[in-house]
Amino acid sequence: MTRVFSILVVFFALAAGARAQELRGTGDLGIIVERASGSIQIVETTGQTALARIEGLGDLSHASLTYSRDQRFAYLFGRDGGLSKIDMLTRKLVKRIVQAGNSIGGAISDDGRLIAVSNYKPGGVRIFDADTLAPVATIPAEYGDNGALSKIVGLVDAPGRRFVFTLYDAGEIWVADCTACLEGGKPAITRLKDIGRQPYDALITATGQYYLAGLFGEDGMSLVDLWKKPLRSRRILDGYGRGEKPLPVYKMPHLEGWTRANGQFFLPAVGRHEVLVVDARTFKQTAAIPAYGQPVFVMARPDQRQVWVNFAYPLNDTVQVIDVPSGKIIKELKPGKAVLHMEFTPRGEQVWISVRDENRVIVYDTRTFEKIATLPAQSPSGIFFTWRYARIGL
Amino acid sequence: MRKLALLAAIVALPAAAQPLSDGRKAELDSLVRQDCGSCHGMTLKGGLGRPLLPGDLARYSTRDLTGIILDGIPGTPMPPWKALISRADAEWIARSLKKGLEK
Repeated sequence: MTRVFSILVVFFALAAGARAQELRGTGDLGIIVERASGSIQIVETTGQTALARIEGLGDLSHASLTYSRDQRFAYLFGRDGGLSKIDMLTRKLVKRIVQAGNSIGGAISDDGRLIAVSNYKPGGVRIFDADTLAPVATIPAEYGDNGALSKIVGLVDAPGRRFVFTLYDAGEIWVADCTACLEGGKPAITRLKDIGRQPYDALITATGQYYLAGLFGEDGMSLVDLWKKPLRSRRILDGYGRGEKPLPVYKMPHLEGWTRANGQFFLPAVGRHEVLVVDARTFKQTAAIPAYGQPVFVMARPDQRQVWVNFAYPLNDTVQVIDVPSGKIIKELKPGKAVLHMEFTPRGEQVWISVRDENRVIVYDTRTFEKIATLPAQSPSGIFFTWRYARIGL
Repeated sequence: MRKLALLAAIVALPAAAQPLSDGRKAELDSLVRQDCGSCHGMTLKGGLGRPLLPGDLARYSTRDLTGIILDGIPGTPMPPWKALISRADAEWIARSLKKGLEK
């Protein structure tokens, strides 16, 4: 009798759960990181609403995330070394591990099988099974003669179950081929040395061909053509960046948002209040667009007709919009104090902007620049929509 | 022009001799966590920049730290903050870091 009763209870509980959780896709979902409270919100962009908050995710300052290849799970990389797997449909934390002392970001392999996390402490990259988060491989970023470990920046995925990343302290770019990793094999590492001083971040182009590292310690950037063997790095844009009298940089630009639009790259200058335009074939600078402050994110709308830019402290209350065909700034918005990040919907009709010190996320129509919605959020930082699952390097 | 106005507003702070107001201290506390934190970590345990917890700073005097905050460290990403904060502000930050920020 008791057993029948418990079976009935379970049955009704399941039925209720199924009703509450109607069938839906994940293509219009996303996550807002709430950096100070260790929480995230799952949001949907069709009606611009918050669906759930998940708490207890550790130190999320500078947190970022990537999505599984079925667009259902998010992998969240916390500052404290936390790696959390979140189910976007049940809106629950599936699993959380703490895999290092101090981390900066992560990536998912092209086949969706591996998650790589870049660590400051201990310096290196750790690789996990995307299903179980079981450790698969560790790559200590040893350099020099005394076995020092470098901080890692600019970790991205590349085609062929590879990860590419940059050693900040060593000035090296490493390409790790993880083809054999799931069968117990070690990653095959190609080391590119002497790429330049203080590479602070990097990106891979959407084609997976070019990996570019920005250098803080000198003018110029380091470029690797991943289609050419043997792999080597070469210097481009000498004179790019700081120039003779650099302004203080109160926040490092982020390169993940570096953008190719209309055959050109739009890049944040470093130490100058400019957005640089660089020919995407020759890697020569063609223009410098004067901007409001030190750019942090320079992001193209998905149709590449507009580029949106936010700025470093103390000029971080403003967003400017560049019209790509004319190279002119066509709009300046004041979303509020401490604009940290921007994310477009898949076809770019909306942009979501996090305004940390005003505890809200503002959604704009990118054609009319009108506010569509405002969502309360606690110290919001990164905003990540599920379309990222389909992009190399995101 | 706007930038000048903003800078002027930020630079127009209490003179060094006066103690900082509670409001200013709260602003600086937030500046340290949020904006210094973008390199040094929001909990100051380090990021691309070095950790700034009391144990890490024990070998520096308040005066050393005040100088580093105001003038930066050439050849590294640590910028000079003197265009944005006063010496009194920097001293308060240096003392607070050595003591440890309140939770």
